[in-house]
Amino acid sequence: MSNSVLLGIGETKTMSATPTTTSHAAAESGARKGEPPQVSFDVFRVLRDDGTLDPATDPKLADEHVVDLYRSMVRTRVIDERLVVLQRQGRIGFHIGSLGEEATIIGSAAAARPQDWIFPCYREFGALLLRGMPLQRYVDNMFGNANDPVRGRQMPDHYTGRQYKFGSVSSPIGTQITQAVGFAWAAKMKKDDLATLTYFGEGATSSNEFHCGMNFAAVFKAPTIFLCRNNGWAISVPASKQSASDTFAEKAIAYGMRGVRCDGNDLFAVYATVRDAIARAAAGEGPTLVELLTYRLSGHSTSDDPKAYRKEQEVEGWKLKDPVVRMRAYLQKKGLWSEQKQAQVEEETDAALKACVKAAEETPAPSLESMFDDVFAEMPWHLREQRDELLKGPRAKGHH
Amino acid sequence: MPQMNMVQAINDALRLEMRRNDKVVILGEDVGKVGGVFRVTAGLYDEFGEDRVIDTPLSEGGIIGAAIGMALYGLVPIPEIQFADFIFPAYDQIVSELAKFRYRSGGEYVSKLVIRTPMGGGIRGGHYHSQSPESQFIHVAGLKVVCPTNPYDAKGLLLASIRDPDPVLFFEPKRIYRAAKGEVPEGDYTVPLSQASVVRPGKHLTVISWGAMIYEALDAANQAAAKGIEAEVIDLRTLWPIDIDTIVESVKKTGRVVVVHEAPKSCGLGGEIIAMINEKCFTHLEAPPVRVTGFDTPFPYTLELEYLPLAHRILPAIVETAAY
Ligand SMILES: Cc1ncc(C[n+]2csc(CCOP(=O)(O)OP(=O)(O)O)c2C)c(N)n1
Repeated sequence: MSNSVLLGIGETKTMSATPTTTSHAAAESGARKGEPPQVSFDVFRVLRDDGTLDPATDPKLADEHVVDLYRSMVRTRVIDERLVVLQRQGRIGFHIGSLGEEATIIGSAAAARPQDWIFPCYREFGALLLRGMPLQRYVDNMFGNANDPVRGRQMPDHYTGRQYKFGSVSSPIGTQITQAVGFAWAAKMKKDDLATLTYFGEGATSSNEFHCGMNFAAVFKAPTIFLCRNNGWAISVPASKQSASDTFAEKAIAYGMRGVRCDGNDLFAVYATVRDAIARAAAGEGPTLVELLTYRLSGHSTSDDPKAYRKEQEVEGWKLKDPVVRMRAYLQKKGLWSEQKQAQVEEETDAALKACVKAAEETPAPSLESMFDDVFAEMPWHLREQRDELLKGPRAKGHH
Repeated sequence: MPQMNMVQAINDALRLEMRRNDKVVILGEDVGKVGGVFRVTAGLYDEFGEDRVIDTPLSEGGIIGAAIGMALYGLVPIPEIQFADFIFPAYDQIVSELAKFRYRSGGEYVSKLVIRTPMGGGIRGGHYHSQSPESQFIHVAGLKVVCPTNPYDAKGLLLASIRDPDPVLFFEPKRIYRAAKGEVPEGDYTVPLSQASVVRPGKHLTVISWGAMIYEALDAANQAAAKGIEAEVIDLRTLWPIDIDTIVESVKKTGRVVVVHEAPKSCGLGGEIIAMINEKCFTHLEAPPVRVTGFDTPFPYTLELEYLPLAHRILPAIVETAAY
């Protein structure tokens, strides 16, 4: 993968995606399946460098809606920054966030219809909050306390939100992808009008699950939108070492699926791309792989120091394309935003977060017996025995 | 002799063997430039270059499958799986292929790898950065399984594992990566596989453990000594093939056994050890053998110190078994 593709989201690149007709298989498949899948390697953009929208691609969102989405992006960023501080202070164990990737997450989740389901990776708390999860519940998850929806069983940022049509986060890379396909496929069998959105990093395109998921989705025309956040890095491994293809979007070709590239730091572009992909899926046209070109401005997580493997210069370059900064410039230019409003959202978020943190810290740890719940629907004898043994035994020192 | 922690000792062994044998290659996620997420391969990329210390795409199946192929060609790959919890995308290659190559080809092909992977809890890693899956590999015929508990053994066992003719899973207890320190000889030496080590002699009772829990077993044994109970503590070091002789010899002397492991209780290696003791020296037993283990639940986050079989849970087991 060339650096220009990786770094220059302004760079556009087109390749013909029409299968070669000399290939017997391709010709046959073309005949059988009708139109060849549409694959485009142009980077779809709406928000231009001068802070205006390209009228040709503008999804025409109402100003109020745009302001709301921008607020969500700012909130996401403020929460991210504060959680890193809490981790450094030793008050939470870990955080993995979305600094620099806010537009990919907020833009796509906002484009989803209320009936669409989200199968997340681990950076999408912004989508979960947008879907209505109370901040307190998210913060409880960061503390793993008794009010944590996952009952303190998983690491921070491994949330769950069924009520918000949002999956349950697990660490193993890629596993959500095939599940999102199966879910959407089942809905299709039942003739229910819903699509699934599944998020993953470009590193996950090397996983088994990505390839299985792409193939199944395309073969069965499952209404799944594959959202590949190409943030340049999988921990210390650059996107250029992850794959030898020029783009991640082109992986769609081999599966007979639609693939598109989009400026992931442009909220409008993300929104329009995902809305279009969902509309196609809903119309029975099958899945789309969306490569969202963005950049992980922070370390991989609070456990990672990116200085060990990437140049500050590269990070600085991407800061110029910061999705929050670009949105703000747009809104200010249109007279929809001000210093004052910015300060207000930041302060409000900060205050809300502080209150949630205080409540979370005052909430006790999950009960000892809760460790044995939910292994099975009904607790078998051996777990009852082990639970009782734990309860009557001595307590561990130095925590909860 | 230099003082080292586990990370440094393993790094030292890798460096030594890579200098000695140009067929040795390391491959895995983030093992190159950055030297692994726990820095176990730090500096090796700079010394040996990107052809021998290879950052791979994010695919454990790819890493192990490709390593098997490299080994068939004659290289000595030492793949790293970033966390033992993430070994499962490679489980098919390990179980169906790696473990069976020698047998299924009538000895014609051998795929010799040492798979290094950090295991175990106590680092606030929740379900997916804490598990101890050793028995899931021991149950597969054809794999050797090693788990060092101190820097000296870590270096010596890793060198022995690399030179052993069979595939080895080398589980590194990450809770003690930096906490376990000790003197490590410079240069070459090996600690033979399948030899347990009696890390504390005693006559009243035998405590068998491995990995990070060995320090908890020792702590409990020292507390028991204050109550007049002298527990013998055995560090298995190689989990499979197991050193049954050291176990039987100790049990014949003490007649009482406590096995301690982090992995869930049921179908853990502890159950197998007790079955072997029943088979080999039942008549020497003076008390029912006891297991102190992780519970049969997924590994929890907030309550991890209640889940782990730490000294506070081992001590009562020692006291009760001694008094039985
Ligand atoms: C199966 C598996 N292997 C390894 C890991 C360790 N790991 C966690 S995140 C990560 C990199 C993921 O990169 P990418 O998919 O690009 O997503 P990003 O973190 O950049 O959003 C790795 C290797 C894991 N969680 N699961």
